[in-house]
Amino acid sequence: MPPYSLLVNGKRRAVDVAANTPLLWVLRDSLGLTGTKFGCGIAQCGACTVHISGQAVRSCVMPVSAVGTNPITTIEGLSASTTHRVQKAWIAEDVPQCGYCQSGQIMAAAALLRRTPQPSDADIDAAMTNICRCGTYQRIRAAIHRAAKEA
Amino acid sequence: MERRVFLQVAGTVGAGLVIAFRLPDRHGVVPFAPNAWLRVDTDGAVTVTVDKSEMGEGNHTALAMIVAEELEADWSKVKIGAVPENPAGWSRRMSTGGSTSVRTSWDILRKAGATARAMLVTAAAQTWNVEPASCRADNGTVVHIRSRKRMTYGELAQKAATIPVPENAPLKDPKDFRLLGTAVPRLDTPSKVNGTAQFGIDVRVPGMLIATIERSPVFGGKVKTFDAAAAKAVAGVRHVVPLDSTPWTGVQGAWGVGTESGVAVVADTYWQAVQGRQALKVTWDEGANASLGNIPARLAALAGQSGAQARKDGDPVAALVGAAKRVDAVYEVPFLHHATMEPMNCTAFARADGCEVWAPTQNQTRAQQVAAEAAGVPVEKVRIHTTLLGGGFGRRLESDFVAEAVRISKAVNAPVKVIWSREDDMKHGFYRPATYNQLAAGLDAQNKPIAWTHHIVAPPILLKFGPLQNGIDRTLIDGASDIPYAFPNVSVDQVAADLPVPLGFWRSVGASQNAFVVECFFDEVAAAAGRDPYELRRELLQTKPRHLRTLELAATKAGWGTPLPAGHGRGIAIAEWEPTTCAEVAEVSVAPDGTVRVHRVVCAVDCGPVVNTDTIAAQMQGGVVFGLSAALYGEITIENGGVKQSNFNDYPVLRMPEMPLVEVHIVPSSDTLGGIGEPSVPPTAPAVCNAIYAATGKRIRRLPIGKVT
Repeated sequence: MPPYSLLVNGKRRAVDVAANTPLLWVLRDSLGLTGTKFGCGIAQCGACTVHISGQAVRSCVMPVSAVGTNPITTIEGLSASTTHRVQKAWIAEDVPQCGYCQSGQIMAAAALLRRTPQPSDADIDAAMTNICRCGTYQRIRAAIHRAAKEA
Repeated sequence: MERRVFLQVAGTVGAGLVIAFRLPDRHGVVPFAPNAWLRVDTDGAVTVTVDKSEMGEGNHTALAMIVAEELEADWSKVKIGAVPENPAGWSRRMSTGGSTSVRTSWDILRKAGATARAMLVTAAAQTWNVEPASCRADNGTVVHIRSRKRMTYGELAQKAATIPVPENAPLKDPKDFRLLGTAVPRLDTPSKVNGTAQFGIDVRVPGMLIATIERSPVFGGKVKTFDAAAAKAVAGVRHVVPLDSTPWTGVQGAWGVGTESGVAVVADTYWQAVQGRQALKVTWDEGANASLGNIPARLAALAGQSGAQARKDGDPVAALVGAAKRVDAVYEVPFLHHATMEPMNCTAFARADGCEVWAPTQNQTRAQQVAAEAAGVPVEKVRIHTTLLGGGFGRRLESDFVAEAVRISKAVNAPVKVIWSREDDMKHGFYRPATYNQLAAGLDAQNKPIAWTHHIVAPPILLKFGPLQNGIDRTLIDGASDIPYAFPNVSVDQVAADLPVPLGFWRSVGASQNAFVVECFFDEVAAAAGRDPYELRRELLQTKPRHLRTLELAATKAGWGTPLPAGHGRGIAIAEWEPTTCAEVAEVSVAPDGTVRVHRVVCAVDCGPVVNTDTIAAQMQGGVVFGLSAALYGEITIENGGVKQSNFNDYPVLRMPEMPLVEVHIVPSSDTLGGIGEPSVPPTAPAVCNAIYAATGKRIRRLPIGKVT
């Protein structure tokens, strides 16, 4: 098995896994970064969303061999102490219920705001396709608008 | 740090005997823990023990608020402690469901907080050599009113621990509440935005292996043969373990476990286990259910049978015969799956002398029993570590995932985490029953409703506890036999369909389908009578004040009767999740291609005394989304003895672009305290379907709605 050298949250990490191992399971099982969640395994729900080179990516279908040298950011690396404006907005709107999907939602929202600093409702609809079974969508929308204002 | 627990009996609190525990802190100082529910440390930290699972409904924060209110605690110092690990030694059954967390804990927790407050006040009074009545508790301190001397709870904790526990500490007057009834941020939110919140799937134990299970594709099928060689050749795969089935139906009241026969592949990592599972060769003895399918036709075929009578008022048969106008309809709903965001999982370490379980469970008491059976150890030797739950909705009341983890751990003699794939989760659930409903109503010559009959055909959930009593599953008639409208002649009966499909409690249970059936058919009755559906509801709810004021608030806030944009329609519905009432007005339009768009849902709820207004709003919003997912898309189909759907691609749920604006209004009420987790689910489907009728003239009598053509 070839060893992979990944740049995760600014740190170089060597992992020895099969080439087809999804990045999600490398993060969770090999690196102990369990903030990124498993929800569906087929890129449907977005619970596994991380950033690769700043883009939101569903890590459950991203083979580790395809990551290359691109830097990876997970929810644990989004900010040093829960100070990213999206996280602050999520707290201000008290978005989470069970919380399981929220790492993915926050990573998707952070990527959206980087790309589109003042997103419209339509931009949010297009970018935020992650599933939340608790039904926090209304607060997610409000939190994204709040984070945009505080940019 | 090892903490030894010293037990002592501290008298009775609330309904049951409560065992108090006192935990020496790291300095050997005894903190103040007058009862099992709370502890005050010498640094002033207040730790509230909850015996309820947090699955998103905000109950941990709510329960802490109740204690803190009576304790007069400094809210910034209040924390939630771990759920007790030995349910068998706890003072009441440990499970979380039925929207009961707050209403079954309200009295106990108020008394616990008030007792501790009285002891802290006494401790301060003794310190100052004054009368306790001359002191009062104030935001985590006790103050001597005249001298303005003040001590913190932390400073008083050690002395308070030496004071006898008073039996009847006075409760606060609700008019003096400062936390309860306000919007308080959830205590668990910070951990849920930075990845540190620990769910079951995140558990890591030293030496832990990870397992995935190939289960029978047919309900009740058995492993005939399996060849593990190729699976074991996959790097990292350590063990391949066959697993027996256990029926989901119960015996003599014991909750059936409900596992399928299967083969577990155990590896160092999940992906290795998955690769091993793909290499596994299994043949199945599919058994008697291999051709099971077409459930709607099977239920319809049973409709000719007479059912067990759940309610009979007057003479509904004669009233229908004599009616000037008669309305008839058939309503059908499909099986539904919970589809929690966190797939089922459990971590267990079964040893000869005991068993540790780390589980996202709603049902610690049953989980402990099931684990003890699987491990072959006494119940008291099982420790249940409750993690956060990535959604529950009733699915995690079951303990099948616990039994599997313990059995595999025992077989391989190591800690094992079993992770279900989404497909495993979708195909091996405990489903909301599919039901078939025949309804009839009669109007007299003045168009006054005089008769209502509802004939329900459905497979019973309660078989999970053993044979039915009197042929009635009370969960299947909830929301039907208690129809609130004043019809003089009513009949509700139930035919129990015998199906081998595992069934379970799905958020709002029987009310989830019966509110759709009853509230949509009621709209048909109103149309036949030439009446406004809201006005006819009001007229027939005159003896139900809680229903009436909830309905009126929703209608008023929604602007019932005011003009809408062309093509839009409004629908109204109400349901009770006893004793909470919830009414909704939905505003929808239907696109030319038949796609339903829900624009707005106005929700009014009367849950009695309010704990956290923001949590009520969140639960109402969430329940509406849950109800919309089911109404618009939700359908589990049985084909060839198993579930056809596999993942979110073929079991779609609501997403951001379909999210309507949901407005929540709380009815000011001092009525009986009720729950909030479930009540907004049942009215959602009928409010939407009634709105579709208002917009298009088309009745929806079968869910999911899909396209309206």
